[in-house]
Amino acid sequence: MSIKRTLASFAVVLTVFGGIGMAGAADKAGEHHDKSHVERQNWSFSGLLGSYDKAQLKRGFTVYSEVCSACHGMNLLSWRNLMEEGGPEFTKDELKALLAEKEVPAEPNDEGLTHSDEDGSRLMRKALFTDRMLSPYANDKAAMAANGGALPPDLSVMAKARGIPHAADNSEASAWYAAPFYGLMEYAGWIGGTLKDIATQYQEGGADYIYALMTTYADEAPAGVDVGDKSFNHVFPGNAISMAAPLGTFETGADADKEANKELDAKSRDVSAFLMWASEPHLNARKNLGLKVLIYLIILSGLMYAVKRTIWAGVKH
Amino acid sequence: MDTLDLRTFKCKKRRTFPLGLNFCSNLGEGKYVIEGKETMTATMDEHQEGTSRRNFLYISTGAFASVGAAAVIWPFVDQMNPDASQKALASIEVDIAPVTVGQAITVLWRGKPVFIRHRGAPEIEDAGKVDVSGLKDPQKDSERTKKPEWLIMVGICTHLGCVPNGQKSGDVKGDYNGWFCPCHGSHYDTSGRIRKGPAPLNLEVPEYSFLSDTKVKIG
Amino acid sequence: MGHHESNYEPKWDIAKWFDERLPVARMVSDQFIVFPTPRNLNYWWTMGMVLFFFLIIQLITGIILAMHYIPHADMAFNSVEHIMRDVNWGWLLRNMHSNGASFFFIAVYIHILRGMYYGSYKAPREILWLVGVVIYIMMMAAAFMGYVLPWGQMSFWGATVITNLFSAIPIVGDSITQFLWGAYAVSQPTLNRFYSLHYLVPMLLVAFVFIHVWALHVVGSNNPEGLSVKSSDDTLPFHPYFTMKDMYMSVVFLTIYAFFVFYMGNYMGHPDNFIRANPVVTPAHIVPEWYFLPFYAVLRAIPDKLGGVIAMFGAIMVVAVLPWLDRNPIRSLRYRPKARLFFWLFVIVAMLLGFLGAKPAEGWYVTASRILTAYWFIYFLVIVPLLSKMETTNRRMPGSITDAVLNNH
Repeated sequence: MSIKRTLASFAVVLTVFGGIGMAGAADKAGEHHDKSHVERQNWSFSGLLGSYDKAQLKRGFTVYSEVCSACHGMNLLSWRNLMEEGGPEFTKDELKALLAEKEVPAEPNDEGLTHSDEDGSRLMRKALFTDRMLSPYANDKAAMAANGGALPPDLSVMAKARGIPHAADNSEASAWYAAPFYGLMEYAGWIGGTLKDIATQYQEGGADYIYALMTTYADEAPAGVDVGDKSFNHVFPGNAISMAAPLGTFETGADADKEANKELDAKSRDVSAFLMWASEPHLNARKNLGLKVLIYLIILSGLMYAVKRTIWAGVKH
Repeated sequence: MDTLDLRTFKCKKRRTFPLGLNFCSNLGEGKYVIEGKETMTATMDEHQEGTSRRNFLYISTGAFASVGAAAVIWPFVDQMNPDASQKALASIEVDIAPVTVGQAITVLWRGKPVFIRHRGAPEIEDAGKVDVSGLKDPQKDSERTKKPEWLIMVGICTHLGCVPNGQKSGDVKGDYNGWFCPCHGSHYDTSGRIRKGPAPLNLEVPEYSFLSDTKVKIG
Repeated sequence: MGHHESNYEPKWDIAKWFDERLPVARMVSDQFIVFPTPRNLNYWWTMGMVLFFFLIIQLITGIILAMHYIPHADMAFNSVEHIMRDVNWGWLLRNMHSNGASFFFIAVYIHILRGMYYGSYKAPREILWLVGVVIYIMMMAAAFMGYVLPWGQMSFWGATVITNLFSAIPIVGDSITQFLWGAYAVSQPTLNRFYSLHYLVPMLLVAFVFIHVWALHVVGSNNPEGLSVKSSDDTLPFHPYFTMKDMYMSVVFLTIYAFFVFYMGNYMGHPDNFIRANPVVTPAHIVPEWYFLPFYAVLRAIPDKLGGVIAMFGAIMVVAVLPWLDRNPIRSLRYRPKARLFFWLFVIVAMLLGFLGAKPAEGWYVTASRILTAYWFIYFLVIVPLLSKMETTNRRMPGSITDAVLNNH
């Protein structure tokens, strides 16, 4: 192959990956004003062979039910999902025990009432496996009223609804003659980021973000930053977040409680993994089948190429 | 444009392909001559060995591809089966305390109507004394109930899926005083057994259990 | 279709009986088995079959998804998640459909650039080219409306922005947007009609694919030398030579596609689309799907509303008239080194525009978008016509495809 043809092929490969890269960048552009860096974590569910760690999901569920569920719901999940394959896989008895105390708003009774005649309280019934993991609030307005006007979002697909940028934006080149240089550097970084994402099958941006969100609360906003009655978080877009640090903040200084810090880190990790599962409940099955399909298709490609070569053997073209 | 008729080429090397197509591999080696009707089978034996190796490759590739194609069909078919949320549809609990003797209620379970009838003594007696050997779908009344006074069954005619009449007091109950399906005239008796008409089977009895005297769990 | 003589001879009486009444087998034999195809086609010519594969995948998975999807503003988002969670294999089918769209566009962009490089749009293939542009526009319409259906934030605001393009039309603009919406903003009626049209457009697209193939088989394939077929020496029967080559490339594409379907299903989407549509909150930064990004960059490069819209549609339409902008008798850029240089520059510019389309419209991003947009139009409207008058002969050009094949290798 001549040098020219090699270069041409190279350009086309860049075109193809660039196309995918555009997707990658489009993906992450939402966070472009946020200069804080979200670190990529090691997750059991990343990569070609990744799968969820059941024990971690169970621990994550505990964090969810003890902390998050006080304000957030997961209305795309039913309790039964917790015992399904590829998730925390609680046994039926464990789930029954979990639901023993759980009550949900009852359907209208035979008199058509949803609220008690006597005290006007909401009529409740025992929760079933098929019930959704609802928000504790009756509706969005009630949730906002109880949280100073901020709506605690549903967490069902939170780990898919957040991502992290793989290349920072820099729209402010210092001088016009420097712009092309910045541009090419940024473009190269962008292509490189895309290739890295593909090489690592990176789809854990949401989990990384949630972990970062949980672990980058500051006790006090830095000097000169006013967050009002909100909390300061390093990775939250705009830094001022209505949710107070749900798992606490890291202790610093000489007399820091190392155990507490470790626990905060572990809980953040576990709940991020749990939310990832909630967003992608079929990840285990998907990756498992995916590997088989890929191996099959690679072998088939090889066979097809051999057939093609045989057919074309001796035919100049 | 010249006609490309491969059967009329002078062929040095004959090549065999699937679908019974034979071509010359010397096609690309420069000129080939169109010579009337001469066929090109002459040199086949010379390349027998190569041909069988090629055939093995073609057949194994074809088989390998077919296996994959067949496997791909399953998800496209299986997606039509009841999904996880349908399969998980819970059993229901029904409070039967308000249903007095002679009354019946209809509840919805898995999208289907379930008849719950509080039978009186005459009905129970009627249902019990029938000679089951003469029935289309022989079943004793005792096989169809857990407590004789409560008859619980899926209210769907076993003919073609209509809902029989007979739940309300004013309904036409058919020749056997049970249920009557207006669609195609099936008569069911006080035990929900098919007695007359096109339906092949008795009304289905779902899985159920009594949680207490006044609570029944269906499913 | 193609006007080479038929050599199909039914083997059995039943086949003969059928052939006299409906010569389907004859057509398949003539058009897809013995069809004379230039022997020198390279792998860039395999995209037709790859596209056909992806069209089939999109149609089948689309019909299936329609069995589970609910086109209602309150339920659409949940029904898509229901597909991903509860429907048997739903996660697979939905990932196939959403990533299938991206791969459809990857293949179509290679297909279009191949046509531009080797001059496949030139006489006698102008109609073939125009039908191709129509198919491309239909793909864009189908992809856009499909992206609206999950009713996430990007769906909703993408629909809002794109339909608002029509409001740039003087006087009747607002009436047109309200007509498109069926309301005073993107809402339930909009979603419902987009669903219907998302189902309709691909059917029309299939019809145009038939016309595209028909037009192709009347004039035959172009080839890397850009030379017309002069004798049967120049061609090979379509089967098994090109069927095998095309199928091989299709499997290679399927492999990459499977990698995305199984491992990076959401990579080419946007996280914001997993946030339910909210008519009162716009996401910080709206971006379309990647395959629209170059045109989105063109739209934003122009500081005037109507001007931006005209530029964006113009950037697509200028491609359609390429056969009349480039009248040079030499088809293949293999024999036009100057045109080749500017072509590759165009490819790079298109890529960079895509990159800029994904960036916020601020700072040097905007400046760069303007320069590159200018190149896009200058390339088609000035450079191509000018070069068309030059480079009209090339002494390296072989006399025939066969000559080229026998001498080059």
